[in-house]
Amino acid sequence: MILTEEEKRMRDGAEGAATAAAMDLLIRYGDALACDRLCDVRNVAGTMTQPSPVKERLVREGGWDKAFAVINLDCDTDIEVPAMRVPTCQLQHGFGPDAQGIVPYPLKNIELQAEAESFYGRRGVNILATCTPYQVGNIPVRGEHCAWMESSAVIYANSVLGARTNCEGTASAGAASLTGKIPCWGNHRDENRYGTHLIDVRTPVDSFLEWGMLGYFAGGVAGEEHPVITGNLARPDLVDLKHFGAAAATSGGVELYHIPGITPEAPTLAAAFGGARLPEPAVYGPAQRRAVYETLNSQGTRPDVDFVLLGCPHASVDQVRRAAAALDGRRLSPGTELWLMLPRALKDVADRSGYTAVIERAGGRLLGDSCPAMSRVAPEGTSVFATDSAKQAHYLPAILGIEAWFGTLEDCVDAAVTGRWNGRLP
Amino acid sequence: MITLHGRMVVPGYAEGEALVSPEPISGWGGIDPAAGRIIEPRHVLNGVGFTGKVLVFPSAKGSSGWSAFFQSTRLLGTGPIAMIITRISTKSALGAVVTRVPAVTDLDRDPCQVIRTGDWVRIDATHGLVEVKPAAERI
Repeated sequence: MILTEEEKRMRDGAEGAATAAAMDLLIRYGDALACDRLCDVRNVAGTMTQPSPVKERLVREGGWDKAFAVINLDCDTDIEVPAMRVPTCQLQHGFGPDAQGIVPYPLKNIELQAEAESFYGRRGVNILATCTPYQVGNIPVRGEHCAWMESSAVIYANSVLGARTNCEGTASAGAASLTGKIPCWGNHRDENRYGTHLIDVRTPVDSFLEWGMLGYFAGGVAGEEHPVITGNLARPDLVDLKHFGAAAATSGGVELYHIPGITPEAPTLAAAFGGARLPEPAVYGPAQRRAVYETLNSQGTRPDVDFVLLGCPHASVDQVRRAAAALDGRRLSPGTELWLMLPRALKDVADRSGYTAVIERAGGRLLGDSCPAMSRVAPEGTSVFATDSAKQAHYLPAILGIEAWFGTLEDCVDAAVTGRWNGRLP
Repeated sequence: MITLHGRMVVPGYAEGEALVSPEPISGWGGIDPAAGRIIEPRHVLNGVGFTGKVLVFPSAKGSSGWSAFFQSTRLLGTGPIAMIITRISTKSALGAVVTRVPAVTDLDRDPCQVIRTGDWVRIDATHGLVEVKPAAERI
């Protein structure tokens, strides 16, 4: 790897031991990728505060400095964590104090996380505490190099915003926060950003549900590569593409896609492929659409629903408003709980707009910071859940050993009110 | 004896028994670091342990928590002793680095086809060399 003079100085300790350890990790990581240089980043989204058994042990042994050294820098020596060199935010993590009395989640984790927020906040980590930093003020500009974790945020930043980030991990994001550097590999380079697969949509895709299902299909087609989507598409909004991307990153490992005429690096179909010959399209028609719906509903057998989960990735204010409208004047079935996940900053907006009151009157809950997958927790005794998120329908059965139903927001709210799943493909 | 040539991901030397995953491996939600086992219900190796094995797999899939989960296996003493990866990505590259085990990729033949579970494998990761002694040839 070829280092600049500035990078060599960091490696050799001119900026302190922690920065030297960070540069050492980046060099090892760059070598592992066979990457020849680093690029400058001024936007890091990582994770430092999420409680885990290993982290708890390290904090007990050597405080938060030790936990950061081992987990965020892969470093064995004692260092002190300095102020973040570049703007850095905390992604989603464990549940916070607002979950107490609602979520069966250990109080010691809430307390450990509160300690972490205070430690890292003093060092300049913005505690956004969401998987959707782009909803609460961290919106990279086109072409901006970033070091982000969280697959659903990475695909949104690359595809919808035209920013450039690979799917980073805990240690590489930690090292980037102290150096402002990341290997200039993969999505950071022009030549790696063109489409590889073409998907021809021949059934109308015009709602949150439809965009999520199309995303799940696209991930299956493209794997870790770059699908380009054309055809019978209504103009999507933030919420549609948030769902589409999360689903494509879940069924495959998509980090970048293009929709000609909509996403910024694809003014035309030809531009999406960089002028190269177009591949044979994969057709997404009524049969493929039904197959995706059936796959996402293949892990539900019992119609009795005891948990409804909305807000994955974290809900927008518009989604909260829709949930409030669907729940207005109704009451959840006594055996069913409904949780809606969102960034805590948007919870404030929901409170002021009166949506929270409507949802809580019906018996539902708004929860910030986390989700059942991150915190590995559902309401006591849950055996069947329903969600409007393709990503949660995919992951949660494996993580919590429960059955899943997938459908529209309205199907999910009906299930919460009646305690029964009656969803069907619209 | 079969020899494969590739490139270093993480330098070092190791030898041991292979565990070959025909499918990509998920870190977060796909392994239990405390037990050193694959726990993804629909994975062909669900329930199989990788502690002390040479882990051979086509690629890393799923969440960006991949590397942190494999790092935990190192900290808990349940990790594999080496990794042979068909197709590298940021997840598996960083994962191998923080698991701190010798690792190679970009081999001249697909390691998931050539190596079988139970084969004895020597990895000279620094020079990108892998030697495979098929289990059938062992006493």
